Amino acid sequence: MGTAVIAAPPQPAARSFLKRLRDGDKAAHLITLIFAASVFLVTVFLVYELWIHSSTSRAKFGLGFLFTSSWDPVAEKFGALPFIYGTVLTSFLALLISVPLAVGAAIFLSELAPPKLSNTCTFLVELLAAVPSVIYGLLAIFTLVPFLSKYGEPFLKNTVGFLPLFKGAPLGYGYLAAGLVLAIMTFPFIISISRESLLAVPIEQREAALALGATKWESTWQVVVPHARLGIIGSIFLALARALGETMAVTMVIGNDPSIHASLLKPGYTIAAVIANEFTEATGDLYQGALVELGLVLFLITIILNASAQLLILATTKKGSKQD
Amino acid sequence: MVPTLTGRTRRRNLLNNVMLALTGVCTFITVAVLFVILGFLVWNGFRSLDWNFFTKLPLSAGETGGGLANAIVGSGITILIAVVIGVPVGFLGGIYLAEFGGKTFPMFVRYTADLLNGVPSIVIGIFAWTVIVVPMHTFSAWAGGFALSLMMIPIGLRSTEHFLRAIPNSLREASLALGATKTRTILTVVVPAARQGILTGLILGVARVAGETAPLLFTSLNNQFWSDKLTEPTATLPVMIYKLATSPYDDWHRQAWAAGLVLLGFVLITNIAARLVLSRGTSVQRG
Repeated sequence: MGTAVIAAPPQPAARSFLKRLRDGDKAAHLITLIFAASVFLVTVFLVYELWIHSSTSRAKFGLGFLFTSSWDPVAEKFGALPFIYGTVLTSFLALLISVPLAVGAAIFLSELAPPKLSNTCTFLVELLAAVPSVIYGLLAIFTLVPFLSKYGEPFLKNTVGFLPLFKGAPLGYGYLAAGLVLAIMTFPFIISISRESLLAVPIEQREAALALGATKWESTWQVVVPHARLGIIGSIFLALARALGETMAVTMVIGNDPSIHASLLKPGYTIAAVIANEFTEATGDLYQGALVELGLVLFLITIILNASAQLLILATTKKGSKQD
Repeated sequence: MVPTLTGRTRRRNLLNNVMLALTGVCTFITVAVLFVILGFLVWNGFRSLDWNFFTKLPLSAGETGGGLANAIVGSGITILIAVVIGVPVGFLGGIYLAEFGGKTFPMFVRYTADLLNGVPSIVIGIFAWTVIVVPMHTFSAWAGGFALSLMMIPIGLRSTEHFLRAIPNSLREASLALGATKTRTILTVVVPAARQGILTGLILGVARVAGETAPLLFTSLNNQFWSDKLTEPTATLPVMIYKLATSPYDDWHRQAWAAGLVLLGFVLITNIAARLVLSRGTSVQRG
């Protein structure tokens, strides 16, 4: 009897484990865990591969890679500055155009438009976000670029041509065309997320401002928009991350010139565009390493931007729920 | 007794009207852009589209005619590979996050999924090149499909989790109280209740990767002919559009417009279908 009691305990535990495995709970837990973990592992592996494959370039150029501007595959001299410059310039230009337009539209859709119209417009704008970037590029090549070289850029040269920003031949291809395409590609993000955060502002905030005698615009601009500002800024960060990493549309219209120009009308290059154009032709470890290192730089920039955007958006939603 | 409008009030009213009108103009411009894009594409695409486009192979430069049959099939194959890899990972991973996960590890997975979602598509292409093209010594449909699956996984994962979490706990408790195991509860109660939402997420994932070009440029590369095997360079519609649009030949431009129309049509239809599935699902649940 005594020995039986001592021998018994391991028995139920083992049986219950087997039983649970047979019923599938443990097994299901394990299988789904493996798949979830694979997402984590693949992302870590991605960073590792970028790091390893850029080793030749990192060893040769060090941090100077980021600050030198010669890109000469024949002489095996590689510097990332023209691409970083082009990437930042086109993205900045895009936001300069798209932020006022998109925030204005978001205000209209959340504050003025009747719900039906607002939902329809938001649906259409979100479809705009689904249009593949190569199609934006296709349209830009055959509509925007000819338009710019025939009318847009000559007009700019005639009116504000004295500025160094608008010097050079009106080619159509260049920073300006890329910036315009990126503007169109980024505003769906800003509109749909900004609208969400504007709609999340409690109605009492608007009523209080209106009761104090503010006009509709004053209540919107001085009360509602500041209340939703973190969400709006977050949406702008997301749009910026998207613009920086955008490849095809930019590659097709930027003109592919690896040098730095002050003029917006001149052709340039971006990080994503140079990788897209030269990766398959890159011969030699150093050339390929330099391109992978550009990818690594792009990866790091967009990751940091995305992370901060998510923190900002999270902060607004948290704030909103606390006040409810 | 009615107070007369002072200059200041009039100014404020004017500002009010002007700014509100401007926001309307902003909305009009943004929505108009969509119609301009659709208009141009439909106009140029329909003029260029013919039966040959769907049945013939591309011709060499200078010749007129031909089609992109190989690219249409190639796109289908790479997307299918992406679905085969991406859907199980997204779906099962999402189940783990919503149903099994504890606290810390799921947070890590969620965070890395968002991170992966934000990785520029060209960088995904480099990654697929390093892990598949380099060891296999050849560009292939496998590499392209793998790259696309990486872009699909975060969407599937997060949407599966989101819609599973929206299922009330009382459903799970009722099933468990009847003696069902957790796995049975998930498979027969929770997942079916959330199926519209999950399906929407998966369709949106397909719609997103269908138009991706950058991850395919140096993974599946391109091909003027039919690819016999999955281990050969494969033509896809988006890469074809890029090559044709940037070429100097008029007849290739014509093909690019036709391909653009077909691709956009596919992407928009899948998007709208996904939303319809979701709206039908919610109305069914409410009723």
